[in-house]
Amino acid sequence: MGNSYRVALAGNPNTGKSTLFNALTGLRQHTGNWAGKTVSLAQGNVQYKDTTFNLIDLPGTYSLFSNSSDEEVARNYIVFEKPDVTVVVLDATSLERNFNLALQVLEMTNNVIICINLIDVAEKQGININERILTNRLGVPVIKISARNKKGFPMLLDTIDRIVTGAIECQPVQTTYPDDIEEQIKKIEPKVSELIGNELSARWVSLRLLDGDETLLNEINERFGQKERA
Amino acid sequence: MSIQQLYTEAQQLSTAKLRDDIVQQLYERSHRLCAEGIKYTKSNRDTRTEKLDAIFTSPIFGFPIMLTMLGVLFYLTIAGANIPSSMLAEFFGSMEKYLTAFFSFIHAPDWVHGVLVLGLYRGTTWVISVMLPPMAIFFPTFALLENYGYLPRVAFNMDRLFKRVGAHGKQSLTMAMGFGCNAAAVISTRIIESPRERMLAILTNNFVPCNGRWGTLIVLASLFMAANFTGGLKSLVTTGVIVGIVMFGIIVTFFVSWVLSKTALKGIPTHYTLELPPYRKPKIFDTVVRSSLTKSWSVLMRAVKVAAPAAILTWVFANIFIGDTSILMYAVEFLDPFGKLLGLDGYIMMAFILGLPANEIVLPILLMGYLSTGSLTEVDSLVDLKQIFLDHGWTWLTALNMMLFSLLHYPCGTTLLNIYKETKSKKWTFLAFLIPTVIAILVPFIITQTVRFFGWM
Repeated sequence: MGNSYRVALAGNPNTGKSTLFNALTGLRQHTGNWAGKTVSLAQGNVQYKDTTFNLIDLPGTYSLFSNSSDEEVARNYIVFEKPDVTVVVLDATSLERNFNLALQVLEMTNNVIICINLIDVAEKQGININERILTNRLGVPVIKISARNKKGFPMLLDTIDRIVTGAIECQPVQTTYPDDIEEQIKKIEPKVSELIGNELSARWVSLRLLDGDETLLNEINERFGQKERA
Repeated sequence: MSIQQLYTEAQQLSTAKLRDDIVQQLYERSHRLCAEGIKYTKSNRDTRTEKLDAIFTSPIFGFPIMLTMLGVLFYLTIAGANIPSSMLAEFFGSMEKYLTAFFSFIHAPDWVHGVLVLGLYRGTTWVISVMLPPMAIFFPTFALLENYGYLPRVAFNMDRLFKRVGAHGKQSLTMAMGFGCNAAAVISTRIIESPRERMLAILTNNFVPCNGRWGTLIVLASLFMAANFTGGLKSLVTTGVIVGIVMFGIIVTFFVSWVLSKTALKGIPTHYTLELPPYRKPKIFDTVVRSSLTKSWSVLMRAVKVAAPAAILTWVFANIFIGDTSILMYAVEFLDPFGKLLGLDGYIMMAFILGLPANEIVLPILLMGYLSTGSLTEVDSLVDLKQIFLDHGWTWLTALNMMLFSLLHYPCGTTLLNIYKETKSKKWTFLAFLIPTVIAILVPFIITQTVRFFGWM
């Protein structure tokens, strides 16, 4: 047996995320409970070379601002459970709306793959996507697939593999905000990293604090509170 | 400095429009990315989707099409399940003879044979033969509709009605989930953002029958409701009855949602944009295999796991005597007067009480109760099953009442547990138990008294 890595699948509803999950894992699926939570997520294994990828199917969401429990589950998994790779599945036919979620994920974690699904449908509709330009602009691999036809799977699996082995290093390009917001981030960020160290992206936590996301605050308190008291 | 202090500081720096600015920035960047990385060579819109939506979500055709789809789905399930069901029943029945022969060959004591063969074996094989075929047809067909993209259209149609009763349109999606399993559906209500509307969805989900109750509904409908019909017509009438029962459950859902949103859960329904995905050709083989294999199998295993101990328990209670009456009969006689008021009997009431852990076991327990007090016939076909019911004084009214009680009564143990986990409130969990129970008692009571008053029975 080789190494085993956790790969989380995120994406908007109706992007074919479940089709991809089912196609990759086949019948090697089960529902797993993760530590300390009552939430259960579908999981399944993919064998690639001598490595096992444990795929976790996060709930489909339009954003990660914790408006609903589903968004919170997905966000908490990516931020606190720290999968080795997060694959964001986008619908090639409505990319503009879909990128929103991808950009949010890129703020939270480094090892991200942008997986553009339904590429066959998009091509039929005359939508030509230049994944090299997108990779350049985003700083992480962008891959085109068709989950229905199992097209692009070798590329996707190989990219996951090269990220976990360190052959590719992801350097997500952060979204820059208007100057006034950036200034405030600068004021908060050092204090955040002092408090939580390198566990979470200090920039992202600062943004959420400014944003007034109390559910995240409670979550951080719950997870880091014990360390503080010790 | 604690994170709490940091939050306070951040809040002082923050302004009201900050989140809007953040979101806007993300949108602008998405827009720029698309402008740079995407070229459109055709300017065609997906006209097929628009044309189909004009029919499927039309104010005139939308609802009739939905009802027809529902009808076709049930018809396929009922008509298709009959033959494999009786084949399984026959197979298990003939196996029982060998088992009995084996037990007498090894000179096993009577009670061992009673517990293992008459209790455990008969109880569990009945669950399998009655429930497995409908599930193996219902789940894949439902999954195909979902894959094709029809279910979001159902939500779209229902949205208008849900808004009118003060609930959220997404409730129709959680209801659709409830047709599979109410316990899972309670968790699926997380897609509803507003706590008030989410609570409505949780409290009323029980009024759509889960697969644990499909078995009961289908068996009773086909045995008693369509007794005078044969062949294809029989399945059609049975389908009609089931569609009626399901419609009634939906009406109760609307009614309870409406009452609650005017009383305990006051408020204005929030607006949301429901996005309709394009229709997609489903991967037929994958879907069918996956949903019939994994879903049917896991539901069945759950049923067997819960049914086996309950069947043993029922058999033991039926065979331990205090004086010349068994424990089971004491319970049955105690519950009988109340059951009779609802047009049911003590056995049925007891089966529902013992069936709290899982709806799947209500029918097997009822059967065990009847078998232990009736003449032990060979149960190897669905016709014999009807004879057992008739011997215990059943009429179409009994069957109808039992179906309604099954549709409306309290959620199963797992569902209640999930409701508690999701709401973290004993009060709401108790209400989730109380509201359906009261309705489940009232409806059969009114029907029975009315039928008796007019002398129809």
